[in-house]
Amino acid sequence: MASHVHDQAHDHRPPPDEDGPLSYYETMEIAVREILIEKGVFGADDVRAAIEAMDARSPAKGAEVVARAWTDPAFKDALLVDGSAACASIGIELGPLRLIAVENTATVHNVIVCTLCSCYPRNLLGLPPDWYKAKAYRSRVVREPRAVLREFGTEVPDDVTVRVHDSTADMRYIVVPRQPAGTEGWEPERLAALVTRDCMIGVTVPKTP
Amino acid sequence: MAARFAVGDRVAVRRAFPLGHVRTPYYARGAVGDVERICGDFGNPEELAFGRRDRPRQTLYRVRFAQTALWPDYAGPAGDTIDIELYEHWLEPATE
Repeated sequence: MASHVHDQAHDHRPPPDEDGPLSYYETMEIAVREILIEKGVFGADDVRAAIEAMDARSPAKGAEVVARAWTDPAFKDALLVDGSAACASIGIELGPLRLIAVENTATVHNVIVCTLCSCYPRNLLGLPPDWYKAKAYRSRVVREPRAVLREFGTEVPDDVTVRVHDSTADMRYIVVPRQPAGTEGWEPERLAALVTRDCMIGVTVPKTP
Repeated sequence: MAARFAVGDRVAVRRAFPLGHVRTPYYARGAVGDVERICGDFGNPEELAFGRRDRPRQTLYRVRFAQTALWPDYAGPAGDTIDIELYEHWLEPATE
């Protein structure tokens, strides 16, 4: 029955066109881009390729970093001291991105937000999810983090401190979640598959399969 | 550039409301917290936003606030915290 209703909803209408008037900054972007292309600073294909590269980023590198931290205590210590340097030491160059890694423990649960805009370690985690950029998440997770976490299915006991990190300036953040029980001795590649994007933002925790 | 504050110092966020590209959230203005770490020296975004790249760099701190210090009616354990990145010119020694 449910699938019948679902099928009926597929009426093959195209999505609505976003053909409203351009905003100030949309007009500005088009103008600047066209001038730069006209002056030969770069070509239209360079713009397309840059967008393709941005869209292709995924949370895989972040998961690799977390799995390494779980299996290599010296790496984890280095990661918590200087996230960018530790990533560089395993061949993950973050460029100018200044990374702070925060560790979940038996007594602390960390969660990341950028209340002012949507700062996010894209080199490690790919593009941020839409909810991360939404006003609802940005305004509420600093004000009532436990209620927001509950909506993500994450119940943090009262004897565990919730530590919100507001990424307001030049640093970017990754949460190192706790390694799920029963995964001791796993290979890093297998562990990395448990580490999702949301675990590294801190709205959930890795689940044992 | 010598940092004015040290880790553990109790600091107050200036209660100021300038226009421009300010990276100090409203909810933290006037609040008192503790320096959690010193992040280094960075260009001041309030100057960079206007293309002024020759202005003095600012020491950037992470300051830890008790949730109950930011929201008097905070509905959670007293130990919950928020860490916020703040530039030195937004901080003053706490008098409380």
